[in-house]
Amino acid sequence: MISAFFIYNQKGEVLISRLYRHDLKRSVADIFRIQVISNTDVRTPIITLGSTSFFHVRHENLYIVAVTKWNANAALVFEFCNRVINIGKAYFGKFDEEAVKNNFVVIYELLDEILDFGYPQNSETDTLKLYITTEVVKSERAVEDSSKITIQATGATSWRRSDIKYRKNEAFIDVIESVNLLISNTGTVLRADVSGQILMRAYLSGTPECKFGLNDKLLLDKDAVMKSNPLRRPNAVEIDDCQFHQCVKLVHPVVNEIGRTRVEYKINIKANFSPKLYAHNVVLKIPTPLNSAKVEVKVGAGGKAKYAPAENCIIWKIPRFQGQSEFSLSGEAELSAMTHKKAWSRPPISMDFQVLMFTSSGLLVRFLKVFEKSGYQSVKWVRYMTKAGTYQIRF
Amino acid sequence: MSDAKYFQRGKIQELRAELNSDKRDPKHTKKKTVMKKIVANMTMGNDMSPLFPDIINVMNVPILEIKKMVYLYLINYARSKPDMAMMAITMFIKDVEDPNPLIRALAIRTMGYIQVEKIIDCLIDPLSHCLRDQDPYVRKTAAICVAKLYMYDRGLVESERLIEKLRDLLNDPNPTVVANAVAALTEISERSDDIQLSLNLSVASKLVTALNECSEWGQTYILEALMYYVPQDSGNAELLAERITPRLQHANSAVVLTSVKVIVYLMNYMEKEEDISNLCRKLSPPLVTLLSAEPEVQYVALRNILLVIQKRPEVLKNDMKVFFCKYNDPIYVKMAKLEIMFCLANAGNVDQVLSELKEYAAEVDVDFVRKAVRSIGRLAVKIESAAQRCIAALIELIETKVNYVVQEAIVVIKDIFRKYPNQYESIIGTLCENLDNLDEPEAKAAMIWIIGQYADRIENADVLLDDFLYTFLEEPVEVQLALLTATVKLFIKRPTAGQDLVPKVLKWATEEVDNPDLRDRGYVYWRLLSTDPAAAKAVVLSEKPQISTETDNMEPALLDELLLHVSSLASIYHKSPTTFISNYKPRYLMPSPVLQRSRSSQFESNLPIPQTTEVQEQKEATAANRLSFNGNGYDFSGFQTGNPYATEVVNRPEIRQSQVTGGADLLLDL
Repeated sequence: MISAFFIYNQKGEVLISRLYRHDLKRSVADIFRIQVISNTDVRTPIITLGSTSFFHVRHENLYIVAVTKWNANAALVFEFCNRVINIGKAYFGKFDEEAVKNNFVVIYELLDEILDFGYPQNSETDTLKLYITTEVVKSERAVEDSSKITIQATGATSWRRSDIKYRKNEAFIDVIESVNLLISNTGTVLRADVSGQILMRAYLSGTPECKFGLNDKLLLDKDAVMKSNPLRRPNAVEIDDCQFHQCVKLVHPVVNEIGRTRVEYKINIKANFSPKLYAHNVVLKIPTPLNSAKVEVKVGAGGKAKYAPAENCIIWKIPRFQGQSEFSLSGEAELSAMTHKKAWSRPPISMDFQVLMFTSSGLLVRFLKVFEKSGYQSVKWVRYMTKAGTYQIRF
Repeated sequence: MSDAKYFQRGKIQELRAELNSDKRDPKHTKKKTVMKKIVANMTMGNDMSPLFPDIINVMNVPILEIKKMVYLYLINYARSKPDMAMMAITMFIKDVEDPNPLIRALAIRTMGYIQVEKIIDCLIDPLSHCLRDQDPYVRKTAAICVAKLYMYDRGLVESERLIEKLRDLLNDPNPTVVANAVAALTEISERSDDIQLSLNLSVASKLVTALNECSEWGQTYILEALMYYVPQDSGNAELLAERITPRLQHANSAVVLTSVKVIVYLMNYMEKEEDISNLCRKLSPPLVTLLSAEPEVQYVALRNILLVIQKRPEVLKNDMKVFFCKYNDPIYVKMAKLEIMFCLANAGNVDQVLSELKEYAAEVDVDFVRKAVRSIGRLAVKIESAAQRCIAALIELIETKVNYVVQEAIVVIKDIFRKYPNQYESIIGTLCENLDNLDEPEAKAAMIWIIGQYADRIENADVLLDDFLYTFLEEPVEVQLALLTATVKLFIKRPTAGQDLVPKVLKWATEEVDNPDLRDRGYVYWRLLSTDPAAAKAVVLSEKPQISTETDNMEPALLDELLLHVSSLASIYHKSPTTFISNYKPRYLMPSPVLQRSRSSQFESNLPIPQTTEVQEQKEATAANRLSFNGNGYDFSGFQTGNPYATEVVNRPEIRQSQVTGGADLLLDL
């Protein structure tokens, strides 16, 4: 299991160093710095030297690193690293070098709690916040309180206190779907799928059991049951058999490389969903060759486009995009002569958008029921949102 | 808070003065500040151990935050100052009696980290109490502490009967305690020479029940332990797998992959094909879902998918498209996806795969492009109906004249010629246009092989070979060997064209070169040619055995072994853990009346199957001798001692102990 845990900044300075086992010395921290941080071409998140393995995840300007000398469960190690990031964000708002340095004592306390001898322990932020706080002096507490904490930290519902009370009982369900699409340069859809999350924000007293039903074939006979949770609980519901109803948008790009000096763009975009709905924050990134000298773009009615030389692309923003409407962009890039020819890899056009009250899979929440001993009334809300996941169009 | 300012080098003298300062400090804020400075310095790697005696004085400050920093200090430096560490004992002894369970647990946890003899001596008693503490939080901390102690002193743990106490915790009403006890027992058994975890049906079944109540990590520990349950009945294996399947829906990928591991393991003990294919169907969707996780998790998933689909081709067989690479996937994800795409390719989807591969061959990352090109060639070998289209794609790529693409293409075209002789020779002309650009040994050797093999059709073969021969003595051995053979082939096929070259090459190979292989091959040719040209022809131009991509598949025994390690490092490297971890107990499928002797066993069928009864008796005898579990009125929770490998290792000499290598170099180039 995990023998040591480090957090580095981008320069490779150690910001947090905790050894959990005696099979390693602190000097292994230097090995990672030399092998990974100072290396410009890191091609794997895991390296093994001898029998010592380093797992790393990058976040903001940090390297989160776990070290083991065992045949550790790699998925568990990465999940743990990501969990540390999430706990950090929940505690400090942001998890970057500044936050780590400013709160290193709390981070050490947390690490002592969530990892024992390299085995991840309870890492639910809500429970941790009961006894590891960023506020000063609160250390002496009544024994009864502590017992309550320990019961919760080891209980079946470690993420929730049992004695929560709200005046108004409300529950919000957000259905958020990400559309992943890959279209080839000939216009055929190579990959189209939706991955969704159902998030529930519950302001419900006690620990009620909540049931919700979906319109999905698979789950109709066996409603997903989950215990209510005051915070986001990414309990992924598997709906793999769900067919992808319609492609949300179709983009028809025509890009001609004309000789060595000019590239012409002509891109049409059409929204295929109902005209009653709008897409917000539509952003298209259309890559331009690395040696573009001058790029001119024209758009019709829809949004604004401009060339961003730093990112090597044309950014086309359409703030509001009604269903069934259609926009087009035409552009031209002049290329400068280059001393040495380097192939342009033609990255795909990528696209970002949000459509509220629309699920691209057609998924609907049919009902939400709250069962609690006292039988109180509760108000329930459902929101839907579809956004772009990896939405790429090759040209 | 803004504690960043403490990240600067502190002088020992100054810190000591601050620690011992007499100034009024009613709320201990000054003490807290100096402790923070010390911890920051420890983090930066500055040696703070000279402050030990001064720190001991701080221990009595009744502030939890300070106490935790002091403990952190002790964990770091106690081993280097064992005598000093003694001074902390009174504090610990007081804390383990504290009415507050958080404090009791903190003390036990910290003492377990301080592996100094005197402290450990003081730990034994309280630890035994804590294992039966009324508070579950203390019990779960104590359970892990037994594992800590075991790493420090195995004999002590055994003589204090701590393992039995740990085993009792398997019946604890609290699921977190059970999970931690399971984790500790699993690790102890994996590291011990004489203790072997083995669960019987009732324990396994009880653990599965506890699964639903556990935290995500606890679920992982329990699932790992279930790998030590050996089903004796096909129905039980099926039932248990069925009960685990809901875990495949968990949001934590460690739970999902470890469940996959247990289910795939249990399949080995199932008799009905129908049950197996039902389960296979259930494995696909969760594996696909993992591909929308963080890239590192995707990578772990992909490497494991490649193992699972080799053993159970039904899994994911219709999900080719989800493995198409996205432009912004990290390189390690792309490489892993490419291998899976190749593995899933069949006559039905080969067109899709091929057009993807062509797309990838136009990207910029050299390794990725090479792998894509190579995959196109391997596809031609794997799927005969697609060979023509694959070759067309390769020719297109060769025409781009991108150096490494051309070389990679030539290497795979050689294999295509091997597989389909006398079908695609029309492209040789195109290949010959690119001779000057070859600078990699593998590509050179491949091209030379092609020239030699088709010396009778390539009109200027002698000229081409002569060009290569110009640098013969500087070439690496593989190119020299290829040149030697190609020249002899040319001579046999077209004596007039080869007669000038052969003596030259044979002379070099036998007189100027140090490599024994090359020299020997040179002599063999020489003697053959000079004594019996007909025999020479029969040898050099002999019928070659068929090649297929089957040889790329993993050796079944290794595959079976790796599937016992799904989700672990070994499953990512596709190497047995014994090759990169010292003293790792090898694992393999344990015998049982229902163990399905599949491909792997055919492979090993000449080996005697160990006699189970004997092993069983021996195990039970040792168990009774060492720990006398049965006599104590415990229900027999299935924790046995004795080494069941003992007899098997003798019977199975091929267990890959001989392959243990340094590992470092091998693994780094992944």
